[in-house]
Amino acid sequence: MIRELHEKLIRREITSEKLTLDYFDAIEKKDPEIFAYLSLTKELALEQARRVDEKIARGEEIGLLEGVPGAIKDVICIEGTRTTAGSKMLDNYLAPYDATVITKLKEVGAVMLGKTNCDEFAMGSSTENSAYGTTKNPHDTSRVPGGTSGGSAAAIANNTAAWALGSDTGGSCRQPASLCGVVGFKPTYGRVSRYGLIAAASSFDQIGTLTHSAEDAAILLSAIAGRDKMDATSGDSFDKKFEEYLTGEVKGMRIGIVSEYFKKLAPEVKKLMEAVVEKYKKLGAEMVEIEMPYNKYALPAYYIIQPSEVSSNLARFDGIRYGMRTNDGEDSELGDLGSLGDNNKTLLETYLDTREYNLGAEAKRRIMLGTYALSSGYYEAYYIRAQKVRTLIKKDYERIFKEVDIILTPTTTSPAFKIGEKIDDPLQMYLEDIFTVTANITGVPAISIPAGKVTVDGKELPIGFQLMSKWFDEENLLRTADAFEVSQV
Amino acid sequence: MISKDEVKHIAELARVGLSEKDIEKFSKDLSSILDFVEQLKEVDVSEVAPTEHITGLKNRMRDDLVNEFGNEKEIVKLFPEERNGYDKVKSVL
Repeated sequence: MIRELHEKLIRREITSEKLTLDYFDAIEKKDPEIFAYLSLTKELALEQARRVDEKIARGEEIGLLEGVPGAIKDVICIEGTRTTAGSKMLDNYLAPYDATVITKLKEVGAVMLGKTNCDEFAMGSSTENSAYGTTKNPHDTSRVPGGTSGGSAAAIANNTAAWALGSDTGGSCRQPASLCGVVGFKPTYGRVSRYGLIAAASSFDQIGTLTHSAEDAAILLSAIAGRDKMDATSGDSFDKKFEEYLTGEVKGMRIGIVSEYFKKLAPEVKKLMEAVVEKYKKLGAEMVEIEMPYNKYALPAYYIIQPSEVSSNLARFDGIRYGMRTNDGEDSELGDLGSLGDNNKTLLETYLDTREYNLGAEAKRRIMLGTYALSSGYYEAYYIRAQKVRTLIKKDYERIFKEVDIILTPTTTSPAFKIGEKIDDPLQMYLEDIFTVTANITGVPAISIPAGKVTVDGKELPIGFQLMSKWFDEENLLRTADAFEVSQV
Repeated sequence: MISKDEVKHIAELARVGLSEKDIEKFSKDLSSILDFVEQLKEVDVSEVAPTEHITGLKNRMRDDLVNEFGNEKEIVKLFPEERNGYDKVKSVL
């Protein structure tokens, strides 16, 4: 998609300004039903577009992303724009700086259309946790788009953006991609700087992409990857052009599969996954049966470590420095606050009220869970044990990536579920992450590619499959994903 | 099972105000999630070190220099309560 639009721009079939206005028209017509966007950055977008048009008019060369319009998940700061993270807590927050990924996108001349909806502080699997309303799945508006980057995924599926940025803490780029029939990509932990990304769980968070193709994901990654002094965990990318590694070849590639994962799927989904495996075989890849004994502990370990980090990261939202402040002037319903409330009652009540009224149920649930897991007497039993299990899962992956180049799994067990179906049962919602979460637990890069469609209640719903590669091997990961898309066999 | 009193205690530690209804709901929710993670106890972790950094990154040093942010005015505008360019905090004593 990006290359196609780029060709049109350099052949002067369309100007970037016209292209951008066309996207805004599409948003105006098609977004009210889907609600992928929380806010539009029209002025910024048109200014960016005109600058690219001037360059083209002067006969200067432009990059692949230059002048091509996309969307940014509302957890990433763009200077001067409202950045809410889907939370009421940041309803009045105007970002005073650009995230590093935004600085980089501005440098390469990408056009930014607006900010997309997401679950509050990037926690959830459906966008139902957004304080601003639920995004609908463009394939069936009675269903969720997945989450947390559901707005970005829906914008791609609805053709209201050419590319989009998301973030992925436990599957938040890949799960919505699977449910919306688009490509969702989480790079290696540390591949992309997170400066300016509103933190959910810092040992898992990674900025990723939602796109129409694996090639588009590669083009975006080339633009945003790299070491950044503002994020000490970021790694070198040596200005790699990831799109240049997409040869369409997977001959001799060793792809690991766990047959057990396929057995549990619904027959129609299973058939799609088997067709994916068959296609890779035809393309000359070697399928290898692998075992990952500790994988089943990834989800429970995640739901200890992730809330623990959330409870710490979200402590900053206290009504003191920025964001909303609430104090209803009444005593907290927690009642007698003992020694906590003796001398600083107003301050304490401000904390309690600000967080009671401006955080949603899921954010509170995870803060509570994390606070419990980190509290004196439980820390060793929960948090430390989970981090030890994490080590074992990582060792599984280190061993397996000596045997294979790629691991192939489903992305989700089933296609999009109904709005409201899982929102009252947090555990059911958490199980959505079952196949995606291990890439965050171990830090490896992973991508979800549309596998095909299954019929549910008379509607055709997309579902994806997932590929993972070893740490910092996005070249092979994206090549394998791209080969599936471009090869006709 | 996480009792309502425990939920209240956790809420105090986390500085989250909760209504009676929330307390009841969280007591149920937290219990079911903690039951789910209980399976981690099956794993023998006696010889295992906890993960500290997932890609094994070691200390990364940089020069200790002051970098001007350059947009302080916009930060001041975000203060819920401002006086003379400072963030006004509620009394702590």
